Amino acid sequence: MQRYFISRVIQSLLVLAGVLMMVFFMMHLTGDPAGLMASRNASPEEIARLRDQMGLNRPMTIQFFEFAIDVLSGDFGNSTRYHQPAMDLILERLPATVELASISLFISMIIGIPLGLLGGSNPNSMVDYLARGAGLFGQTVPNFWLALILILVFGLHLGWFPTFGRETWRFMGLTLPTRSVFLPACSLSLFTLGQLARFTRSAVMEVRSEDYILTARSKGLSVRRIYIQHILRNASIPLISIVGVQFGYLLSGSIYIETIFSWPGLGNLLADAIGNRDFALVQGIAFFSSFVVVILNLLTDMAYATADPRVRYGE
Amino acid sequence: MENLLEVKNLTTRFHTFDGIVHALNGVTFHVGKGEILAVVGESGSGKSVAMMSILGLLPSPPATIDAGSAKLFTKDTAVDLLTLSKAEMNRVRGRQIGFIFQDALSALNPVMTVGSQISETLVRHLDFSWGRARTRTIELMNQVGIPGAAQRLNQYPHQFSGGMRQRVMIALAAACRPRLLIADEPTTALDVTVQAQILELVLRLQREMDLSLIWITHDLGVVAGLADRVLVMYAGRPVETAPVDTLYDHPLHPYTRGLLRAVPSLDRDTKAPLESIEGLPPDLLSPPCHCQFAWRCPCVFDRCWQDNPPYLEVAPGHIVTCFYDLDNGRPH
Repeated sequence: MQRYFISRVIQSLLVLAGVLMMVFFMMHLTGDPAGLMASRNASPEEIARLRDQMGLNRPMTIQFFEFAIDVLSGDFGNSTRYHQPAMDLILERLPATVELASISLFISMIIGIPLGLLGGSNPNSMVDYLARGAGLFGQTVPNFWLALILILVFGLHLGWFPTFGRETWRFMGLTLPTRSVFLPACSLSLFTLGQLARFTRSAVMEVRSEDYILTARSKGLSVRRIYIQHILRNASIPLISIVGVQFGYLLSGSIYIETIFSWPGLGNLLADAIGNRDFALVQGIAFFSSFVVVILNLLTDMAYATADPRVRYGE
Repeated sequence: MENLLEVKNLTTRFHTFDGIVHALNGVTFHVGKGEILAVVGESGSGKSVAMMSILGLLPSPPATIDAGSAKLFTKDTAVDLLTLSKAEMNRVRGRQIGFIFQDALSALNPVMTVGSQISETLVRHLDFSWGRARTRTIELMNQVGIPGAAQRLNQYPHQFSGGMRQRVMIALAAACRPRLLIADEPTTALDVTVQAQILELVLRLQREMDLSLIWITHDLGVVAGLADRVLVMYAGRPVETAPVDTLYDHPLHPYTRGLLRAVPSLDRDTKAPLESIEGLPPDLLSPPCHCQFAWRCPCVFDRCWQDNPPYLEVAPGHIVTCFYDLDNGRPH
């Protein structure tokens, strides 16, 4: 277990180093930052001076190591638009994205998993058609389209939910979500919901036909115990990785959904930063998102090892 | 000898996309108390399907049991297993009848410790507390020859060797001291030395617990050293059943005779080709209404193409389904 853990941590660090390199060099591929930062009618001499000031004339490797050291201390440089450290802006927007991501993951889990479970347990029944339909719908319908429909129906027509912005509720020192999160979370949960329904269904169907389920039945166990102890436990193993990967994806912020609902999260900030060619901010968000995904994948693998003894002890 | 299980005219079909598979066509047999019955036959002859039908373990759909009865005799009553409700059947499985599967690696739950897999049967049927079940599980594991049971209890199936896993499977099936143990080719997946150990273990348990045993196998060598009685199956129907010595000394069905001839002996001429029975078993999707073995039978005559032969008791306990009298070289 310990060896597995250590080797996975080392792998994750290597991935992060790779991400860091890509973020840095891709920024340099998109053009000269000095040219963009200088005012529109700056002379070539002024741009050259700026480039010199920013240290852009030094060898690339030195620039990269400086960048890497800064990043390790949490410094991505200042945003050119907000004139604030990029990291501060990211941390400021993070709670909104975490709120949206957690709630939409929660919605997709409490609907998708039971739906897949019921469908997989009763193949070709009504509930199975529903589960398969939800899986197909969730994975094929674009979430921005659903977002617009939800706004139209629940926001404008029925007026049950606000259609943009984030409101919070402070209670005993905690910042709690209000109903303003409902429509964006529903739109965002659609894909994950469909994926979970489909994977749960196929995992349950696969486990149900395993020999050890026949053994469990031959022991005279109750249907309830067979489902909870034997089927669910085994079927949940592949779901762990989907939930982990999806949460990472949700946490890096959804550009479409956050933009449509003016949700003040990371996705919105990223869209903004790209539009303004705010390099420090784009770099910061890109690296931060990768970092979150890598950490979540690491945690997923740990959870996997806990759930499946064959991974835990396997060499 | 009193009977423990009496199966009559068991008929099981599978409803598939290609049509109806006639898996069992009127299977009749019995097992006495404390008796060891070996069921032999080639793959697809219905050995396992018969046992799973009795315990209601076949998935339905596609399987249906269309006719027959399977009476289990307990102290003073007899119950027909095929008419039990699901809840009643769950009280028979694991409690009255234990099942040992062929491949213990796939038959044990990979994410549960072997201890809890044995214990849950005890908790379910004997109303043990988990603590008491644990103690009993250690005893059982010792009894089936797993060294260091108290530690190995908390290990997972993949941490056991093939032979040890099969011992776990046996402990699990015998946990509640059932009256009948059904072993579905329990040694096929093991290498030869381990096979012998498992064989001895099951025989020892059978004696110690005074169980009846149904041993399904391909291996006629195992049958000779193990069984009291043998049931030979072919295409979903028993073709011959007899006490083990009678069957080996004096087989009466051309199929049984062919099977026994096909077992290579050590002193045979190594240059001579191996004996085999010509042809293939019939397609059970459209079984003929005459003798299933007619195509491959060396003794076939006109009657065989008209009717299905009935069960014919030629001597006490020796039943054969054949129109031809091999002893006298002429039809009965």
